[in-house]
Amino acid sequence: MDIGHYTLVGFAKSFGLFYLLALAAAALLYACWPANRTRFDKAARDIIEDEDKPWR
Amino acid sequence: MVSGLTVSERQWSMAILVIVAFVGLAMAAAGANRADPMQAHGFIVLLFSLAVFCFVLRDYYQPEPAAARLASYYDDPSKAGIVVAMLWAVFGMFIGDWVAWLLAFPDLTFDAAWSSFGRLRPAHTTGVIFGFGGNALIATSFHVMQRTSRARLPDQFSPWFVLVGYNLFCLLAISGYFLGITQSKEYAEPEWYADIWLVIVWVVYLVLYLRTLARRKEPHIYVANWYYLAFILVVAILHVVNNLAVPASFAGAKSYSLFSGVQDAMTQWWYGHNAVAFFLTAGFLGMLYYYLPKRAGRPIYSYRMSIIGFWGITFFYMWAGSHHLHYTALPQWVQTLGMTFSVMLLVPSWIAAANALLTLNGAWDKVRDDATLRFMMMAAVFYGLSTFEGSFMAIRSVNALSHYTDWTIGHVHAGAMGWVALITFGSIYAVVPWLWKRERMYSPVLVEVHFWLALAGTLIYVFAMWNSGIIQGLMWRTYNDSGTLTYSFLDTMVAMHPYYVARAIGGLLFLLGAIVGCYNIWMTIRRPSELPAASGDIPLPVNLQPAE
Repeated sequence: MDIGHYTLVGFAKSFGLFYLLALAAAALLYACWPANRTRFDKAARDIIEDEDKPWR
Repeated sequence: MVSGLTVSERQWSMAILVIVAFVGLAMAAAGANRADPMQAHGFIVLLFSLAVFCFVLRDYYQPEPAAARLASYYDDPSKAGIVVAMLWAVFGMFIGDWVAWLLAFPDLTFDAAWSSFGRLRPAHTTGVIFGFGGNALIATSFHVMQRTSRARLPDQFSPWFVLVGYNLFCLLAISGYFLGITQSKEYAEPEWYADIWLVIVWVVYLVLYLRTLARRKEPHIYVANWYYLAFILVVAILHVVNNLAVPASFAGAKSYSLFSGVQDAMTQWWYGHNAVAFFLTAGFLGMLYYYLPKRAGRPIYSYRMSIIGFWGITFFYMWAGSHHLHYTALPQWVQTLGMTFSVMLLVPSWIAAANALLTLNGAWDKVRDDATLRFMMMAAVFYGLSTFEGSFMAIRSVNALSHYTDWTIGHVHAGAMGWVALITFGSIYAVVPWLWKRERMYSPVLVEVHFWLALAGTLIYVFAMWNSGIIQGLMWRTYNDSGTLTYSFLDTMVAMHPYYVARAIGGLLFLLGAIVGCYNIWMTIRRPSELPAASGDIPLPVNLQPAE
């Protein structure tokens, strides 16, 4: 299959924009989703005090 | 170290080393047949694997380690990796400072081919980026992935395969430059067989990381691991694509890239800029997000910001590479795309820098007293500065002045010395006492000395290159009344000379700091572990009652 230069450029210029907007929305939603807050806070706190041995 | 391996792991090691030794022998024989420089590389592979083989053999009959080891983390590869990283640091920075003096005083090449600028320069970049940076990333990633997963490494063989195999790659790369073996792609100079070897090592590294994460206790993966994983995964993709090449012969070192012309340039700078992004940024942000909160004793300021920053960095950087090709045959819109994404990159970059500095807000007394934490703080400051500078330099009209001048060299070193090396030294000073179970580093004063040498060296270097770069750029674009260039190339060289000397002095200070660091780390390791405090060996209460 031979993809022409203009086809590729057209695809990159149209799809690329929406793909990045969708990714940005997904990342922001995940980071700011209220239900994730406790999990994130716990993850940030847990590394400070670890018992220095593995659980298994 | 070998006595920590089970007998079957020792046998695996020896079997693989024998295979690698035979590959080395075959390379030497094939190279010798055609008088190809691959011959020397064959002997290096052979000798390297035999030396490691003897090392394993020496302790082969030691008793097996007790099962109790499985109740603790496996840190031997991290310890070895940190020592090796510091040795590479001294080597790479020594070559770098030599190159700096060579540029000021051209006689310092001593009339030899191997010591010409074109061979020393990649030896410096590979030594510091892959030797120092890569080993530090591997060593700290083993430490961080185990702690944040609360899981021991799944086996003891693969971390050694990754570490030893990676260093064989570094040796092949650097010895190759001195011999004249290069595919002349910046930061991707090693030839096809070294590239294939790195792919094997890297896949084992990725699988080891995923296997450790699969054993984790917490359902949520701590953000430092995201950065380390992005580093491993994306470097694998970049390395494979940019190094696609056809060897001229399987019995020789020379190969030809699959790409040519502007495609080659775009592929190379897609690789080159993402090497900065994922080798020199993502992995070291992983270090920052673990060692800085840990050392400061405070959780990261905003975990949400670290996630948004992560996705910003991974998806914006991918498109920024074309800013290296402004005013070239590359289509104009691709250049503009690279420029736009480079400017957008300021957002996630400053999110990371601000997150680090805001974590320290309220702990500035610790930063004042603790040079280790100050290394990390200063690294975050330089990260913020150099990412701002980078976004600015990617703008086409700024790039018209800065490109091909020493300003670029100054920018790279603000990032490499100020950000990458400082965060690495800070993390190493934090992790060495933890790994070797010492109360603290051998000498906190020497950590302080190293900090000031490194900071002074970086500032002298960067200011020298800003001056020489901007002078050089302005002289190149100065026209006289008759419309011809005012300055010859030689005039610019004379104008830059004092800054080249200053740059070499800055580099020398930075090298001295690394040597001081090596001594301090060595003495910390050598000093016997402190005995546990005897019972009753505690200070008296403050409010003593006078005797009756």
